Parts: sequence; structure tokens; C-alpha cells
Amino acid sequence: MIFLPESNPGTPPMSDSPWSLLPAASANAQSLDNLYIFCWSLIAVGLVAAIGAQIYFMLKYKKPAHGHNKTSPLTHSGKLEFWWSAIPTVGFVILFAWGEIDYMKQVTPPADAIDVRITGQKWFWTAEYPDVPGAQLNNQLIVPVGRPMRLTMTSTDVIHSFFIPVFRLKKDVVPGRYTVMWFEAIKEGEYPLFCTEYCGDQHSGMIGKVLVVSADKYLEILKEAARLEFDPAKGDKTMADFGKRVYDARGCATCHSLDGSAKTGPSFKGVYGKTESIIGGSTITVEDNYIRESVLEPNAKVVQGFSPQMPSFAGQLDDKQITALIEFIKAQK
Amino acid sequence: MSTQPASTSINPFDENRETDYLRAKKGLMSWLVTVDHKRLGVMYGLAVLFFFLIAGLLAILLRTELFTPDQDFMSAQTYNQVFTLHGAIMVFLFIIPSVPAAMGNFLLPLMLGAKDVAFPRLNLLSFYIYSVASVFFIAALLNGGLDTGWTFYTPYSTQSGTAVVTATAGAFIAGFSSILTGLNFIVTVHKMRAPGMTWNRMPLFVWAIYATAVIQVLATPVLAITLLLIIIERVLGIGIFDPAMGGDPVLFQHFFWFYSHPAVYIMILPGFGIISELITVHSRKHIFGYKAIALSSVAIAVISFLVWGHHLFVSGQSELVGILFSFLTFAVGVPTAIKVFSWIATLYRGSIVYNTSMWYAMAFLWTFSVGGLTGLPLSTLAIDVHLHDTYFVVAHFHYVMVGGTVVAFIGGIHHWWGKITGKMFNETAGKIGCLLVFIGFNVTFMTQFFLGHQGMPRRYYAYLPEYQTMHQVSTVGSWILAAGLFWIMIYLIASLFNKSRAPANPWGGVSLEWHTQSPPIEHNFHETPHVHGSPYDFPEIDKSAGFHAPH
Amino acid sequence: MSQAHDHAHGDDDHNPFLAHHFDTMGQQAGAAKLGMWLFLATEILMFSGLFLAYFITRMFYPEMVLEAHEHLSKIHGGVNTIVLLTSSYTMAMCVRSAQTSNTAGIKRWLLLTMGCGGIFMFVKYLEYSAKFEHGMLPGKYYSAHLHGYEIDGLPHIFFGVYFMMTGLHGFHVLIGLAVMTWIYIRANRGDFSASNYAAVENTGLYWHLVDLVWIFLFPLLYLVK
Ligand code: HEA
Ligand code: HEA
Ligand code: HEC
Ligand code: CUA
Ligand SMILES: [Cu+2]
Repeated sequence: MIFLPESNPGTPPMSDSPWSLLPAASANAQSLDNLYIFCWSLIAVGLVAAIGAQIYFMLKYKKPAHGHNKTSPLTHSGKLEFWWSAIPTVGFVILFAWGEIDYMKQVTPPADAIDVRITGQKWFWTAEYPDVPGAQLNNQLIVPVGRPMRLTMTSTDVIHSFFIPVFRLKKDVVPGRYTVMWFEAIKEGEYPLFCTEYCGDQHSGMIGKVLVVSADKYLEILKEAARLEFDPAKGDKTMADFGKRVYDARGCATCHSLDGSAKTGPSFKGVYGKTESIIGGSTITVEDNYIRESVLEPNAKVVQGFSPQMPSFAGQLDDKQITALIEFIKAQK
Repeated sequence: MSTQPASTSINPFDENRETDYLRAKKGLMSWLVTVDHKRLGVMYGLAVLFFFLIAGLLAILLRTELFTPDQDFMSAQTYNQVFTLHGAIMVFLFIIPSVPAAMGNFLLPLMLGAKDVAFPRLNLLSFYIYSVASVFFIAALLNGGLDTGWTFYTPYSTQSGTAVVTATAGAFIAGFSSILTGLNFIVTVHKMRAPGMTWNRMPLFVWAIYATAVIQVLATPVLAITLLLIIIERVLGIGIFDPAMGGDPVLFQHFFWFYSHPAVYIMILPGFGIISELITVHSRKHIFGYKAIALSSVAIAVISFLVWGHHLFVSGQSELVGILFSFLTFAVGVPTAIKVFSWIATLYRGSIVYNTSMWYAMAFLWTFSVGGLTGLPLSTLAIDVHLHDTYFVVAHFHYVMVGGTVVAFIGGIHHWWGKITGKMFNETAGKIGCLLVFIGFNVTFMTQFFLGHQGMPRRYYAYLPEYQTMHQVSTVGSWILAAGLFWIMIYLIASLFNKSRAPANPWGGVSLEWHTQSPPIEHNFHETPHVHGSPYDFPEIDKSAGFHAPH
Repeated sequence: MSQAHDHAHGDDDHNPFLAHHFDTMGQQAGAAKLGMWLFLATEILMFSGLFLAYFITRMFYPEMVLEAHEHLSKIHGGVNTIVLLTSSYTMAMCVRSAQTSNTAGIKRWLLLTMGCGGIFMFVKYLEYSAKFEHGMLPGKYYSAHLHGYEIDGLPHIFFGVYFMMTGLHGFHVLIGLAVMTWIYIRANRGDFSASNYAAVENTGLYWHLVDLVWIFLFPLLYLVK
């Protein structure tokens, strides 16, 4: 590999080498890989038959150096035409039927699956675990190995699509309705998860990770990951350190950089204390109350040069977390 | 009947050749108000190639941005607008009008032995409607761009702050141009055939254009209304697509693909037509399975209306509907397979001449087959769930659209170049161009199949580093491809300055367009030709062994 | 495959209305008629998109559609139905006159048809102004509740569909009127006769289509029950 800059830090690689095929980390992926191999064999047979005959004829029936050979008077042949319609048809029917059977498995979740609610929003995912009160993760999904999970998904703005390549599964996440996806992970590890329905500026940034953990430790890990409190054990020395963790966990980073470059929203670098002009004419100084308002009611005042794209975090962030965020933003000099 | 391509053609070095259509009238005005189908064909040709160039350069920018996983020289917004305009311009202003409006206009009346299309003034009107549409697109480009993807999915497209109304209005208008062209061609084929030109004696290119025209007339009105609905949704907020107002965003996808799936066959069928002509003429053999090829175009046209749901397998449509659409999608593969096999069988015991246009035909068989065959995993329900909206789909449709239609189009341009311009190009230069395009193309898009399978989503301006190697290979391929295309453009333009003139029938073709001088006179033929036999009855065919051309 | 051949010259080869690229008037008229039928097919397909949108709305929100449609004026719609049906008759008579080379007849029936079209548009104007006044506007402009009309559900969708369908239809009536004006001018010039009436006939076909679409719109929008 020539260069490998860090991009999208925190997202694990799918596999170790760009040449290796995709790992199969769910029951679905395993059974799908068989179908996939069958499909490609069929294609290979079709391609070799067609292109092989083509190349053979191309070489064999080249025009002689002078003049022309007499050419075949053949204009059609019912028998041939029958066979080359019938044989592909048989292949197609098998492929269709197999695909259908696997598909029905993909869309029929077992009754004992663990429920998760997924919300897509420009441009991050939220996963909520109804069985574990208060457990809410952003851009992260924690999954036990060997237990079926059922995701009920919806969007608050435009269509997104929830895609986990190592599970070979995706489903659109549509505003105004619920779609369902289920899987059973079979391999521990950290894998990427993508948004695959174009949803605007940071569509490419709407990625996260799936953490497949052992079934015994699942609840423990989940509760730990969902706990977003000041915790020296996680390296929080100051409120600002904790704010940084909130910033990462709640997906602020998709829109607000720390290095001064404007993304969808203004950068947090040097923003505290700055005087901003607001759409509509007035100006405002960025201080604690304004930040609190921006988080809870973002479209009340929209900074000049940006569009009202920020979602409200009312109900998702408690006071301590907001205070920590304020401290964190203050620290971005 | 006996065929004498050589004797019926006009002596290439005859200085007394008559004034051809290019020189019949002089001045810019004579072009702007022309109703001559040949001049309109040339004008369309220039226009579509111009947009191919623009949209192609946008593609090169995309690929260059994707050279590294990070943002390089384009912001996310710019990238999104670039891929949207690349797709939208390629589809609405280049590929849909490309073969039908440019080559179809030029060739259809000639091949039928007619003086013009049925409605020449309507034809001119279509061209102007197309021009207005392109002005709208350019206006959208200058007026904040467009960032919805060429599919305009709601509710994103009803919320996006970019020039969606201008661009959809452009596509809406382009649709009318396409409808009128299709209508004109259908009537032309029904009513303007020369005496003796029965349906079974029409060249396959005509059949292909005919089937295309039927789809254009039947599908495009639905696109028109769909785009109108988006415009109204944005302007008045009707609420049929916007879930916030009680609408259904997926409904739009049904509307859109009901047109846009048949539209992919609007794009490819004319390409099939070109390939049928190139393969027979250059292998000096009657086409294999004339009826099967002609009727399979019609079959494809019919089935194409029943498969749109294969773009919605993961949209949340009901399982039963998905299964039905998957099944019907496979059904399209059969008539297509018949065509591919018939072309290959045409080579059998031929006397194949390898000139540039035949090189393109041979390249097409590979690129199109790969493109078509990779449609199979996509139509297999369970597999599409994994591959949908990844680079696999991007690779699939570039293989069929670029490897299929564009390769056929360029091959056709070479085949009829002498007829259209009266000049011949340099064969060696032509073969170099073909080779560059073939290599560049495969390097660019073959890698994308791997990327797609590994999960690389489409419409991403930045991506995970592990995909970098493949993306870099693909980008380098796109540079080779671009070099090939520019090379072609250069030697074709250079050929216009050649002193020598193209013969009337450089390849020994039998169909009627080769029976008039190159370039043709303004009214195509002096006398209405009478047709007595098949357009593929070549003198090299071994008639002693019981030749029965279909009558 | 071909030989240059002197083809038979038809009698009407010298008809001044025969375009250079056709051989006979029959061929020319046949082409025009086929072209028109195809055009009508595209029109029907375009409207069918809106009909689909209508049926989907009705399927999603049956009660709302039932309630909202009560606010459309059956009188206006009914009058317009009768007016358009009459105009189809006068248009048919106009074509008949053209076939019998009766120029005076063409002009008379054409004026009657245009009169009907005018009445239709006038009634439409009355109907639309009433809707505007009551705030029964499409989509986000819907404000009937501010004018004291309470309709349950999402009536803005119904009125959106209503305005789109009747609006597109009204636009077609206007185009029809413009085309008829042009036909009138040509009839006045004496262009039409038993051997050249394709333009009149095609205008007639178009007008019947406009009528036909209305015949579907009226019961679907005004008489839902
Ligand atoms: C020219 C355009 C063109 C053509 C011809 C086709 C042809 C086909 N396409 Fe493709 N398609 C597109 C353009 C085209 N497509 C575009 C633009 C998109 C994406 C749009 C977007 O989302 O932006 C798309 C997307 C697309 C999807 C949706 C994918 C997704 O988004 O998830 C699917 C799924 O079924 C599909 C299937 C097919 C099939 C089955 C064919 C068939 O017609 C192919 C038939 C051909 C063959 C089968 C090969 C020849 C046969 C042989 C060589 C015989 C030997 C064979 C055997 C023995 C097996 N296409
Ligand atoms: C006809 C259709 C068509 C054609 C020809 C092309 C051609 C190319 N396309 Fe494109 N593409 C689409 C239709 C097409 N594309 C569509 C519909 C999309 C989806 C958009 C969306 O997601 O909304 C897409 C998306 C798309 C993507 C995915 C972007 C993303 O998802 O993020 C990429 C990336 O590699 C790409 C690359 C290319 C490249 C390298 C070419 C190259 O082949 C281009 C080469 C051309 C040139 C370099 C111009 C040179 C031309 C001349 C010099 C004039 C020629 C003159 C003569 C020959 C006489 N295209
Ligand atoms: C979907 C994108 C998005 C996300 C996610 C997002 N924001 Fe914003 N934010 C914006 C945009 C756009 C603006 C500017 C427009 C406005 O003021 O509403 C903004 C403005 C702000 C401002 C005001 C900045 C100024 O210069 O005045 C603050 C503070 C802020 N956001 C904090 C946050 C925090 C904290 C989070 C995470 C919990 C967050 N944002 C997540 C898009 C986002
Ligand atoms: Cu969310 Cu793309
Ligand atoms: Cu399709």
C-alpha cells in the first residue's frame, strides 16, 4: 500500500488486507456466501461459454489475406435457439429460487430476538435498547454473539440506510415508518457500519461501528458503554475531558470540527466568546446560555453562513452532559 | 435478389458527385432552421458529445478526489454536486438522446429508403426542446448546483437547498424531446418504408430504434408527471411524498423507477442495434436469428415495464412484491442472452474483417456481457440486500452503459463516419483508441466490483483507508480511459481535414444507407428505392448450400 | 437489395399541402393520424400518473377524502361536464364538415366548440376563486381552518391533488382553445377540404381526449361517494 492516511478515526477496518474478501460475521453472511459462490459460478460458466466461443470464432474465421472466404449460409437454427434460451432460463430459475429462500430467512426475525431501536438522523445513528433502560448509543451498536437481534428502525429527517457489510445486511431507514432488520452475529470483533442511502453533505461521515461481544459480557459492556457520566476511570480529569467524551459519543463531530475548518456547522475551535452574526440581522456572543440553547433548540438562532440543519438534543442530553460540553467548547481555544 | 454493392455505389473518385447535404445550403441559419434529418442527426451528435465531454470531465474529477480516502480538493458539498451532475447530465442529456437522436435521426430514413422522417418540423422542435432542457441544466449548475443524486429521491430532494426545481424542470423538458423523437420514429417506421421494405427486411438497427421509441413514448410521460410532482411538492408542499406532511417518500421511488428502469433499455437497445449491424457487415455473413433478435428487442421493451421494483429491494416494500420483481427481472435476461448468443453465432464461419468498428463490436461483447451478467446477483433478492447502493451497482451500470452503449455508440460513429462526414479516419489511430478505451474502462470499473463486494458504499467522498488500493487502481484506469477518448476525438477531428473522400460503401454493406453517395444528397435518394431482399444478403455468402434469407 | 426505380406518381402528387417527403396524401394523413394517436397515448399515461396519486391518497386517507370532497361544488363540476360533452358533439360536427368540404360549417362548429371551452374556463374561474376565498389551497398554503372550515385529517393533500388534476386539465383546455384558434384561421384561409382535413381531425381527437379526462375527473373528485 502506498499511502494510508488516518481517515474517519475510530472506525475499525473490515479486514486486514485490501485483497482479502469480506469476513462473514453473521449466520446470514455465511449462508449468503454459498449462494454468492453459486451465482458467480453460473456467471463464470455463461461468460466462459459466450466469450470463449467468441474468441474461438474470432481467431478461426478471420478473413484471409486476399479476398474473402465463402461464408456460411446459416441464418437461424431453431434447435440452437431453443437450447440457448432454455439453459440460461434454468440457471435463472435456480438462482431466483435460492435467492428467494435466503431472502425470506433474512426478513423473518425469530420471536426471541433482542429488540433494539435505531434512529437515523443527519448524520448519525442512535441505538436504544428497550431492555436496558437508558442505554443509548450513538454510531455504535453492541451485539452479543449467538443471540438474534431485531432492529426496528426509523428516521427523523430523510431516508438513510443501515448497512453492516460483515453481516451482508442492509435496510432503508425511512422517515414516517418503521423498517425491521434482524441478524445473529457469530464472530466477535469490531466492524464498520455505514449509511448507504444518500442523505446529504455528510452521508460519507454517517458511519459507526458494530461491537460483537461474548453473550456473557454483553449486558455489562452495553451498560458501561451507555453510561455517559463523569468518570475518572475513563480518563476524565476535568469536566472538559468528560465533555470531549460526550462530543464523541453523541456525534457532534460529524458537523463540528475542532481544527477550525467549517463542516456542516461552525468549528468549535475558538468559538467560545466569539461574536457571531445571526441570520435575521442580530449578533450574539457565544457563551454558556447560548450554547445550551443551541443544543436544545438549535434553530432558534442560526449562525450566518450555515443552514438550520442541527437536530435538537433535548431529551438526549442531561444537564451534566451539557455543562460538560460547554466546558469542552470553552477549552477549544 | 442478387446484390451488387460495388456496382450500385457511386465511384468514390467521381468529381461530379452531387452536392451533399452538408454543402446543400450554406450559413449558420441554414443549420439552425434545417428540417433535414441528417443535419439534425449531426447537430444532436455534436450536442450529446459536448455533454459527454462535460459530464466525463466531472467523472474524472470525482475519480481524482477518490484517489485518497480523505477529502482532497473537493468539499463534501462539491463532491455531492459533482456526482449528481455527472449522473444527471450523462443520463438525461447524453445517453438517452445519444444513439436514438443522433444516429437514429441520421440513419433511420436512409435505412428505410425514405426522404425524411414523418414529421421533419417536429424533429427540429425536439432538438430545440432538448436545447432548452440543457440550458436549464446549465442554469442549475450555475445557480447553486444540484446535490440529490440523479435519482432525486424524496424527501431529500424536497428539502435540499440546491437548484432542484431548475434541474428537474430541465429533465422534465428533456423528456418531451425524447417523447417527440420516439413518436416521430414510430410513425416513420410504420408509414415511410420504401416499397418492398417489409417488416422482415428492415435492418436490425431500425428494429432496435423502433422498440426504443415504443418505450420512450410509453415510459417518459410517467417521468414527466413524476418530476412535475416533485416540483409542485417543493413549490406548494402538497404532501404526497413528504412524510412530515402525511406523504409517502417511497412512493416517489416507485414513480421514478417505473420510468427509469425502462429508460435503461432506452439506453441499451439502440446500442444492440448498432452491434447487430457491425457484426454482420464485418463478418460478411447473414445475421444469425434475425427474427429472434428483432423480437427479443420487443420482448425486452415489454418486460422492462414490469421490473422497476428491483431498485427497491431494501426500501421496505413488501416481501411478496420483492419476490415478484426479482422473478420478472430474471425474465429480461433471457431475451438478452438470445441476442448475445446470436451475435456470437453470426461470427461462425464468417470471413471476419478486423477494422476499428469491428474491434468495438468485439469489445462490446465482453463489456456488455460482464455488465449484464453482474445484473444477475443484483436481481437475486438475498444478494442484492448486500450489494445495493455499493460500488458493485456503480460498476454494474457503468459496464452496461459505458461498456455497452458508449462502446457501441463509438463503434457506430466509426462505422458510419464516412457516410456522415464524407471522410475516412486513420485505422491504426482508431485501433489504438479502441485499445486504450477497452483497457482503461476495464481497469476503472472491474475494481469497483471488488470494492462493492467489500462493502464500499456509493456516493461517498471520503472512505475507509482499507479501500484505498482499489480506488487508486480505478482512478488510474479512468485516466487511461479519458486519454483514449481524447485521442479518439483528436484523430476524428483531424480526419475532417483529409483530402480524400470516403467511398459510398467502404465496408460493402447491403442496407440502403450504403446505396447513396457519402455524404448523402439532401433528399437521400434520387428515386425511391425498391427493396427486394434481406439487408444482410452479402455476396460472400455461400449460396450453393441452401441460403434462405427471411422474407 | 434495391434498385432505383421510377415509382408510380399518384394523382394527388401535386396537392399543394403534400409535404416533399411524402409520396401521397393518404400516406401523409395516415402518418398524421398515427402520430396523433401516439401523442394521445402519452397524454393518457401522463394523466394516469396523477390518477395513481389520487388513488393512493384515497387509499391512505379514505375518510379525509370523503369529507374534503363535500367542499367541491357539484354544480360547477356538473355544469362543466355538460358543457364539455356538448363541445365534443360540436367538435365532431366540425370534423364532419371538414370531411364534406363545408368550410362555413367548420367555422361555425369550431366557434361553438370554442364557446363551450370558454364557458368551461369561466366556470373553472368561479370555482377556483371560491376555493381561494375559503383557503382551500393546496399543500402548505391550505388555510381553510382559518376560514371556519374544519376538515379532519390531512385535507391539504386532497386539495393538492385536486388542484393538480384540474389544473393540468384546465391547461389542456387552454391549449385546445389556442389550437382551435389556429385551425379557425386556416379554415378562414380555405385550407381544408375533403382531401385535406387531417389537422381538423387531429384537433378533434385532442379535444375528445380533454373531454374524456374530465369524464374521469368529475366522478372521482366531485362524486366520491
Ligand atoms: C444500459 C443500462 C442498463 C442495462 C442494460 C441493465 C441491465 C440489467 N440490470 Fe441494471 N442498472 C442500470 C442500468 C442497466 N441495467 C442502472 C443505471 C442501475 C442503477 C441506477 C442507480 O441506482 O443509480 C441499475 C441497477 C440495477 C439493479 C438494482 C441494483 C440496486 O440498486 O440494488 C438491478 C437489480 O436487479 C439490475 C439488474 C439488471 C439486469 C438483470 C439486467 C439485464 O437486462 C441484463 C441481461 C444481460 C445478461 C444476462 C448478459 C448476457 C447474457 C449472456 C452472456 C448469456 C449467458 C448467461 C447465462 C448462462 C447465465 N440493475
Ligand atoms: C451514460 C452514463 C454514464 C457514463 C458514460 C459515465 C462515465 C463515467 N463514470 Fe459515471 N455515473 C453515471 C453514469 C455514467 N457515467 C451515473 C448515472 C452515476 C450515478 C450518479 C448518482 O449516484 O446519482 C454515475 C456515478 C459514477 C461514480 C460514482 C460516484 C459515487 O457514487 O460517489 C463514479 C466513480 O468512479 C463514476 C465514474 C465514471 C467514469 C470514470 C466515467 C468515464 O467513463 C468517463 C469518461 C469520459 C470522459 C473522460 C470524457 C471524454 C470525452 C471526450 C473527449 C469526447 C468524446 C468524443 C468522441 C469520442 C468523439 N460515475
Ligand atoms: C447535523 C449536524 C449537526 C450536529 C450532529 C450537531 N450540530 Fe451543532 N450546529 C449545526 C449547524 C448547521 C449549526 C449552525 C446553525 C445554527 O446555529 O443552528 C450548529 C451550531 C451549533 C452551535 C452554535 C455555534 C456558533 O458558532 O454559534 C453550538 C454550540 C452547537 N452547534 C453545538 C453542538 C453540540 C454540542 C452537538 C452535539 C451534541 C452538535 N452541535 C451537533 C449542526 C450540527
Ligand atoms: Cu444517512 Cu446517508
Ligand atoms: Cu432497473
